[in-house]
Amino acid sequence: MLVVAPFGLLFGVVATEAGLPLSQVMGFSLLVIAGASQFTALQLMTENAPIIVVLASALAVNLRMAMYSASIAPHLGAAPLWQRAFIGYFNIDQTYALSIQKFDENPSAPVRWKVAYFFGAVTPICPIWYLATWAGAVLGSTIPPEFALDFAVPITFLALVAPALRSLAHIATALTAVVLSILLAWMPYNLWLLIAALVAMMVGAEIERRMTKAKGERA
Amino acid sequence: MTYSDPQIWLIIVILGIGTFVIRFSFLGLLGDRELPEWALRHLRYTPVAVLPAIITPLVLWPTATQGQLDPARLGAAAVALAVGYLSKNALAAIGAGMATLYALLYVMG
Repeated sequence: MLVVAPFGLLFGVVATEAGLPLSQVMGFSLLVIAGASQFTALQLMTENAPIIVVLASALAVNLRMAMYSASIAPHLGAAPLWQRAFIGYFNIDQTYALSIQKFDENPSAPVRWKVAYFFGAVTPICPIWYLATWAGAVLGSTIPPEFALDFAVPITFLALVAPALRSLAHIATALTAVVLSILLAWMPYNLWLLIAALVAMMVGAEIERRMTKAKGERA
Repeated sequence: MTYSDPQIWLIIVILGIGTFVIRFSFLGLLGDRELPEWALRHLRYTPVAVLPAIITPLVLWPTATQGQLDPARLGAAAVALAVGYLSKNALAAIGAGMATLYALLYVMG
C-alpha cells in the first residue's frame, strides 16, 4: 500500500534531472498529487509537446478517479461541503482503496465516522508523498548519468501497467495502444498519443461489452 | 525543455485544478447521480490505454541512444513487464527492470 514513498522519490529525482527547479517539482506533488499523471506530464514536457497535449494526456490518466468519486459519493456525500472539498483533493488511489473497502464493510456507519476514517487514511500517505518528492528533488542533482535514469520513467510506467493487465479486454486495450503509437508516430505535436489512447480505450470498452453480453446469453 | 517559467506553472496549476475537478466531481457537483454504464466502461480502460501509448516510443526509440533501438533498454523493459504482470507488484517490477538495465549496460560495455 505504501508505494508512495519510492514513487515520490523517483518523481523528485527525475523532475529535477529534467531541469525543473525545486519550487516546480514541489508544485506538481502538492497541487496534483497523482503520480502516474505527474510522470506523464513530465515525460511529454521533456519532449516539448504542445501544452494542450501535455494537459490532455496527463488529465486522461486521471479520468479513472471520476469512478472513485462516484463510488465514494454515496458514503460521504452527506458531509459538509468544506470536508468534501478536502476529500476531493486527497482522493488518490491509496486513500480511496483503503476507505471504500472499510465503507463497504460498514455501510450504515455514520457519515462523521466515515469522514474520520478517510482522513485517518490520508495522514500516513499524503505527507509521505510530499516529503519523498522533496527528498528526491534534493538528491536528484547529485546522481550521475551512469545510473541511466532516463529509463526510470518508462520502467515505472511499465511497472504500473503490467499489474493492471488483468483481463482480455485490458490486454487488448494495451496492445491496441502499442500498435497505434507505432503506426501513428509520424504525426506532429504528439497527436498520435491522444488518438492511440482514445481508440484503445474504445476497443477495451467494446470487448468488455461483448464479453458481458456473451456471458449473459450463456447463463 | 523549452517552456518558459510561466508556461510550466500554467501546466502545473491547470493540471492541479483539472485533477481536483475529476476527484471532486461526484462528491461535490453531481451529487448522487450515477455514471452511465457506457461511461464507466470507458473510464475503466483509460490507464491501460494512455500509459502503453506513452511507453512504446520511449522503449523502442530511447533518447539516450539518439533514437536507436537499444538491446539493454529493450531487455530491461521486457523484464519489468514480465515481473509486473506475474507478481502484480509495481516496486518489484521497477527493481527488476532497473537491475536488468544495469546488468546489460555493464555486460555490453
